[in-house]
This record gives sequence, structure tokens and C-alpha cells, in this order.
Amino acid sequence: MGNTITEKILMAHTDLKEISAGQLINAKVDIALGNDITAPIAIKEFKKANGKKVFDKDKIALVLDHFTPNKDISSAQQCKFIREFASEQQITHFYEGGQVGVEHALLPELGIVLPGDLVIGADSHTCTYGALGAFATGVGSTDLAAAMLTGELWFKVPQSIKFVINGKMPKWVSGKDLILNIIGRIGVDGALYKAMEFTGETISKLPMADRLSMANMAIEAGAKNGIFAPDAITRKYVEKRAKRPYKFYCSDADAVYSDIIEIDASKLEPQVAFPHLPSNVKGVSKAGNVKIDQSLIGSCTNGRIEDLRIAAQIFKKRKAASNVRLIVVPATPFIYKQALQEGLLEIFLNAGAVISPPSCGACLGGHLGILAEGERAIATTNRNFVGRMGHPKSEVYLASPAVAAASAVLGRIASPEEL
Amino acid sequence: MIFKGKVWKFGDNIDTDAIIPARYLTTSDPQELALHCMEDADPKFATKIKAGDIIAGGENFGCGSSREHAPIAIKAAGISCVVAKSFARIFYRNAFNMGLPIFESRELFEVIKEGEEIIVDSVSGTITSASKNKTFSINSIPPFMEQLIADGGLMKHIARK
Repeated sequence: MGNTITEKILMAHTDLKEISAGQLINAKVDIALGNDITAPIAIKEFKKANGKKVFDKDKIALVLDHFTPNKDISSAQQCKFIREFASEQQITHFYEGGQVGVEHALLPELGIVLPGDLVIGADSHTCTYGALGAFATGVGSTDLAAAMLTGELWFKVPQSIKFVINGKMPKWVSGKDLILNIIGRIGVDGALYKAMEFTGETISKLPMADRLSMANMAIEAGAKNGIFAPDAITRKYVEKRAKRPYKFYCSDADAVYSDIIEIDASKLEPQVAFPHLPSNVKGVSKAGNVKIDQSLIGSCTNGRIEDLRIAAQIFKKRKAASNVRLIVVPATPFIYKQALQEGLLEIFLNAGAVISPPSCGACLGGHLGILAEGERAIATTNRNFVGRMGHPKSEVYLASPAVAAASAVLGRIASPEEL
Repeated sequence: MIFKGKVWKFGDNIDTDAIIPARYLTTSDPQELALHCMEDADPKFATKIKAGDIIAGGENFGCGSSREHAPIAIKAAGISCVVAKSFARIFYRNAFNMGLPIFESRELFEVIKEGEEIIVDSVSGTITSASKNKTFSINSIPPFMEQLIADGGLMKHIARK
């Protein structure tokens, strides 16, 4: 009986010769990540356990991206606490200020996470790195503390669901629409405790930015990880970034899946997740007349240069409606600079956008774009829970950059086809 | 262990933003987090509950973010344990790692009304309703997780090893 890519990567990080779904294992961690919200608890736990030295200063990433630039005194204190720890432990991958980007855009961009890695992060969207063919999963702060101390963590080997996606995606349909459609089909716990493995001819041609968006939202279906078998597209993305060896794994032909779901991408239109669950998904043509107050283009889901290019294509010679606040968040300093050099920022400014520094702030209702009572936002982010972006009586609609841009122009949820 | 308390019911997919909204995550102080426990699901929850009370959840309790502030807020608010139909996986890990007792039971949610008093016995694996005199079982915990609890959480478990 063969193994899935998820099982193979997990096994490669143990001394075991065989592995199967349901097994509890202890595995070695290649990268352990924390941010300004989750790292403080991890550091306190690390110290409480009498931790003196982290297991490997090159294998820990501390990224101050959530309430930064520091939104208030207590956020500043949290960042200071992490900064002091990073300095004392000489953590190699410590990012803040002009070096910081949204963690799940930053780590792949810098080649810190690579194919075949086992990555844990005290952030639920750590699953993003599955796009590179890594096993990556979100954990809590105590897990991060344990990994920082020992370099290992316990895992239950997940069962896998295989998604076979075929057909040519119509214009304006992206990886974001594929994953929203999948979450709409299986529900927010449709892949609970499981791995989501994405395959098929559509996937084999899918650009890395789209794969990153899809893997990012695996957690929104309850999954432990989302994963893509690495290929030529992966190699092209990682070979210029990697500073250490990496390994490609793929599932055996006779690997066992708990379910196989086939999707025809050619039949999809851009998707929108209505409040207050990412599974509350409709095609944009069925959205009805939903007026919006804010359009947010950014985040670890859709703040990459490819996303900004799509939005700029729509805003070229068009403005955001006068009653819509348009916020564009390039996810990393490098993406920001690229957008500047390509003239995208000028297009956004002319469209009436506020261009935010790289930050998770607006997406999680932290700062830099909070909603008031009764307000509605369309956002390229990943969650639309009650109160996610501000007041408990505000609403968030999730969509692709193309739909968020078109909606900003028309002042209501709209397809780019309507422009 | 035995937990006896009044039940507070919540539905399916109670997410970590509802358990502890991100606007309060500028601190990790348990007592401050406790003041806002479940605030976006029930704004007055933290003031209504008594120490020892029990949360009953539906499917996928604790979905969303990895914030350990969620089980920390629940524990610090005085909730003795959470019983749900199912738990989201990061919340499940976090609860065991940091020492919030959680149990899976499909029946509790269907049978017990809000405000009823129940007794959860983790040793015998049963839940008994005080008023109805009704008993049903809770799903057993894998031996490894039992060891985690017995050792007092993940960090103490590691220290013991």
C-alpha cells in the first residue's frame, strides 16, 4: 500500500520505516514560526520550562506582522518582548519594520520554507506553504514553545482527501475561486483533521500565487494541511530563493484517500463567500445587490504581486466609487517595491486607494481598516466570521482580487464582466 | 476528574474570533482575556457565568485562528470544561497542551438545555444530568492525550521525558 505526499514528508522527519493515517508520531521540525500575537505566549512557556537556548537559531522565524506598525502601547510591548528574545537567542529569521511582510507571503518569498519541509507555525494560515510541496500546519503557542525547545512536535498522521481539478478556468477565475468553491462544497469542517491534496490538469498549470491562495485556505475547511505535489512551476519558484537543499515528494499511485472529489474548473465563475462563514459561497452572478463600504485587497491569501496586477488591470482608468474606501496592502516590502516599479501603486492612488504598509492588521480587525456597525466590506482575505474586521455587526464578503476591485468600482458586489 | 456545573450552550462553528476577538489580543494576560470571553457570541457571557460552569458546543468548536488566547480566556473565565460535538483541530491541540479539559459528546448538546446542571466524570467517561438523571458517555481520549493531561500539559510532559 502506497503513501500520500503528506505521509511521506511526515515519515521523512521521523526514524520510522512505515507510517499510516491515524498514527501518533513525534517528528522533527524544519521551521517553527511565531508572530507578534502568538510568540509572546510561546516565549513565556519556553522560559517557564527553563528553556535557555532554542534548538536551532536558524530554524525559527519570528515575524512581527499582525498589530504592526505598532498600533498601541500594548502591541508595542508585545513586539519589544519578542525583539529582546530574538536578540538574546540570535534568531536568524527575525523580521520587523521595513523588513517585515505578512508572514505567509514573506517566508516563501525569502526561501525560508521549501519543498519537503515540515513547518509548524503558531498561526492557523501556516498551511499556506503546502503550495510548495511542504507539510505545513498551524499550531498553538505552547506547541511553538515545545518546538523551539526540542526541535520536535507530536502529530497525528492525517487521512487525505484528494481533489482532482480538471478543465480550463474561465477568465477572471483564479485559485481563490477554486478554494472558495471547494469550501462551499465540503463546509468549514469538511476536511476536519485531514490533509487536502490538490491535483489534476488545472492544478498542474496553476501559477504559484494561486496555489499559495488555495493552500492558505485549507484551514477554512478545517484541514490540518493543504498540499500540492511539487513540479516545474515549484522548481522555478524555489530555485532562485532556496539557500539550503530541498526535496520533492509525491503521492504513490496506490496511496489511500478517505475521499476523492472531482471538480470541473471550466464551469466555475468568480465566487463570493457571504457572512459569516467561508463556506457560505455563491457565484458572483447570484450575489444580488450588495452595497459595500470598503474593499480590501491584500493579506496572506491575496496580497502578492500577481494579485495586485489583476486589481491594477481593473483600476486602470477607473476609480473606486466615491462611497467605497479602497485599501490595498502589498503583502511584503519586496512586493511593495515591485508594485511601485511596475506603476501599480500610481494606478491604485489614482483610483482613490489608501496604500497600507504590509500588515495583517485590517484582515483580523486589528487596525488599518476597521469596520463600523452595519458596514460591509468585500475582502480578498480568508475569514468572514462575526466581528472579524471590526464591529460585531459589520459584514465581510470574501472574494478574489478581480471581484474586490470590480466591486470597489461599482460600489456593490460585482463581477469584472460588468465593467 | 469530576466537573459539576451549569451548562451554557453555543451552536456550530463557534470560531476563535467569537471566543476572543482579535481586538483584545494585544495582551496575553489570562485575567484580561477572561473579561472578553465569548464576547462576540454573547456580549454579557463573562459577567453571567459562575466558576465551574460548562460550555456545550456544537460541531467544529474553536474553528479559525490558532490563538491559544481562546482556551486561555475560557479557562481564566472560570469555565471548568468544554463539551462539544466536535472540535476544530488547533483548538483541540491547544486545549490539551495548555490544560483546558475538553470532551466530545454528541448527546449532550441534543439532550441538555441551557442552564441545566451536569456532572462530567472524565474517569468513568460519563456525563450525568443532575435534573433528568440521565447518563451518557463521552468519547474516549487517546492514551497519549491522557498522558498529556496527567503530566499537566505539553511543556511539563516534555520536562518529564
